Amino acid sequence: MDLASTPEEEEFRARLTEWLAGVLPALPPRPDPLDWPGRRAYDTGWQRRLYDAGYAQVHWDASPARRLIFLEETERAGAPYVGANFVGLLHAGPTIAAEGTAGQRDRWLEPVLRGDEVWCQGFSEPDAGSDLASLRTRAVRDGDAYVVTGAKIWTSHAEIADWCELLVRTDPDAPPHRGISWLAMPMDAPGITVRPLRTLAGSAEFAQLFLDGVRVPVANRVGAENDGWRVTMVTLSYERGTAFVGEVVACRRTLAEVARESRKNGSWDDPVLRRRLGALHAEFTALWRLIQWNVSEAGATGVPGVGGSVFKLRYSHARQDLYEAAAAVLGPDALDLDRPWSLDRLSSLSYTIAAGTSQIQRNIVAERILGLPKEPR
Amino acid sequence: MHFQLTSEQRDLRDSIRTLLARRFGREALWAAVGGGGLDRELWRALGAAGFFALRLPEEAGGVGLGLPEAVLVFEEAGRALLPGPLVATHLAAGYVGGAAEGETVVTAPDGGLVEWLAAADVVRGEVTGAEPIRSVDPLTPLHRVARGSADGGFEAALLTAAEQLGSAGRSTATAVQHARERIQFGRPIGAFQAVKHLCAGMLVRTEVARVAVYAAAVTGDPVEIAGAKLLADEAAVECARDCLQVHGGMGFTWEAEVHLHLKRAWLRRERWLPTARALELQAAALAEAP
Ligand SMILES: Cc1cc2nc3c(=O)[nH]c(=O)nc-3n(C[C@H](O)[C@H](O)[C@H](O)COP(=O)(O)OP(=O)(O)OC[C@H]3O[C@@H](n4cnc5c(N)ncnc54)[C@H](O)[C@@H]3O)c2cc1C
Repeated sequence: MDLASTPEEEEFRARLTEWLAGVLPALPPRPDPLDWPGRRAYDTGWQRRLYDAGYAQVHWDASPARRLIFLEETERAGAPYVGANFVGLLHAGPTIAAEGTAGQRDRWLEPVLRGDEVWCQGFSEPDAGSDLASLRTRAVRDGDAYVVTGAKIWTSHAEIADWCELLVRTDPDAPPHRGISWLAMPMDAPGITVRPLRTLAGSAEFAQLFLDGVRVPVANRVGAENDGWRVTMVTLSYERGTAFVGEVVACRRTLAEVARESRKNGSWDDPVLRRRLGALHAEFTALWRLIQWNVSEAGATGVPGVGGSVFKLRYSHARQDLYEAAAAVLGPDALDLDRPWSLDRLSSLSYTIAAGTSQIQRNIVAERILGLPKEPR
Repeated sequence: MHFQLTSEQRDLRDSIRTLLARRFGREALWAAVGGGGLDRELWRALGAAGFFALRLPEEAGGVGLGLPEAVLVFEEAGRALLPGPLVATHLAAGYVGGAAEGETVVTAPDGGLVEWLAAADVVRGEVTGAEPIRSVDPLTPLHRVARGSADGGFEAALLTAAEQLGSAGRSTATAVQHARERIQFGRPIGAFQAVKHLCAGMLVRTEVARVAVYAAAVTGDPVEIAGAKLLADEAAVECARDCLQVHGGMGFTWEAEVHLHLKRAWLRRERWLPTARALELQAAALAEAP
């Protein structure tokens, strides 16, 4: 067991912090959180700076320790996070890197790293959420293309995305898990209608997709035809395993800010509230250690394991607890949407639902880690 | 950074697990519950295996290992429900003659309680006026003492947290095994989500406590140790309670091991950084955060 950095890692840290100190003051002001095109421009602009400075690769770096140092230091310095590049950098990219052909890696990875192309995730459907394998969007082979018809929902960032990691049914007669394929769909193809959906936080961060005879080249299929479920498991293991890593550091910073506010407004004198914040301090310290443990376990190139579900489950509740505690510190001010943390409190409500609900994560932990029998279907 | 067990650490854990399975299996456990007192022979066997001398330098006749290794062996002790003032004796190795070898049994007061007072050869701390109480844990005789030094003792807190971790892991494994075997409504109860989700919650609590305890052992940082104690206390107590629930009526019986884990977990939670103090330490650390 070792938590110490090597001299190379410390050198990386030093170079990075120096670079951040130089580049951050010159950054343009952050866009309004509800302005998605503005956010796309801002987030991809940041990704381009990382690319030019040689840091774009960091999420896919062979050295997990370097990845964690990057997340720690960028967050500490207040640098932007992946934002609109979330799907491309943190799960579509790694999936293509792991499962794609050489040609596919050449076509798609570089633009993600440069911030030129943004991805979204078209997995869920109106009738296939938790039961993802029951999805019905059809893809029928026509020459060198699939003709895709169906509907997707809750597609985050769909309006501003160039590509969609899309799950389609390529064999309607096979058992549900056996007839699915994983496609890269260009979002400017004819036949795609994007209808934004408003979230409870007031933003239009996700959308409904209507797909009407959309032609997607067969060459855009990652993995074999009808083997998409296995590829999906790879995607989901990244989504749950590593994609939230940077946010834990952000939560630790927010917690310190909440404590500062609490001392300022006197609520810190309430031992119940003070200890509640103390408990969160222990919690987020442990979650950071859990990340280090999981990342060490996954090793340099391996795909993250089901340990990601343990993390996802605990983290999503901890994050909600954090913003509830923040609201307790603010008192009635927490009802003011212009106060810090009000919007975060609202968006944190999605954490126990998005990327697989807590109930589904518990099923996964119980069945795949503990080996309990499958639930009756 | 490679935050995983080394192969030497895994070997150490396995060897102590084997030793405890052989020397303190189910029969020995129930003999101890029946009032067997402290098993001096077992104590010496632990001494011979390096349980107490683990962190003494080799020049001093010890094994020369560190806190992470100590945490691994204490986790095993917690898993096996091993009774006795293990923490106090381990911490006395090198200071009290015979402690390292398991010849001397050492106890120490903390949190208004002292365990195994009558069985101990040496007491480190003030225990005048100690009054015996009827201990909730049948495996741990207790005396009540005037509240003494509760500060410091971070190593004791960490080793206690490691025992809690072992206990939480054992409760989880016991619950899962029962959930796989017990049939109701024509299928194993573990197929029902209400049960499955209890078990998943147990695993999550245990694994989060595990990384907290291991990381605190590596850094040795007092605040991190206090956090680890908090999470391990919670894991041990809540996992024992959920394990009891999964066992149904059987869980409420004396014969099931479940209550022994719960009672010991309650006891450990009161000792060496009880919850309120650990939480205040976290809050203080937060107040000092930059
Ligand atoms: C903010 C946000 C962003 C999202 N972004 C995307 C995206 O970009 N791309 C994408 O494809 N999807 C996205 N999703 C969709 C998300 O993955 C689904 O919402 C989620 O998987 C749940 O599916 P559902 O909404 O259909 O709920 P349902 O599956 O209908 O579940 C409803 C309730 O029933 C429970 N439930 C269902 N089945 C079971 C069961 N077997 N056992 C116990 N309880 C059960 C659930 O836990 C939940 O509480 C996003 C969701 C949110 C909230």
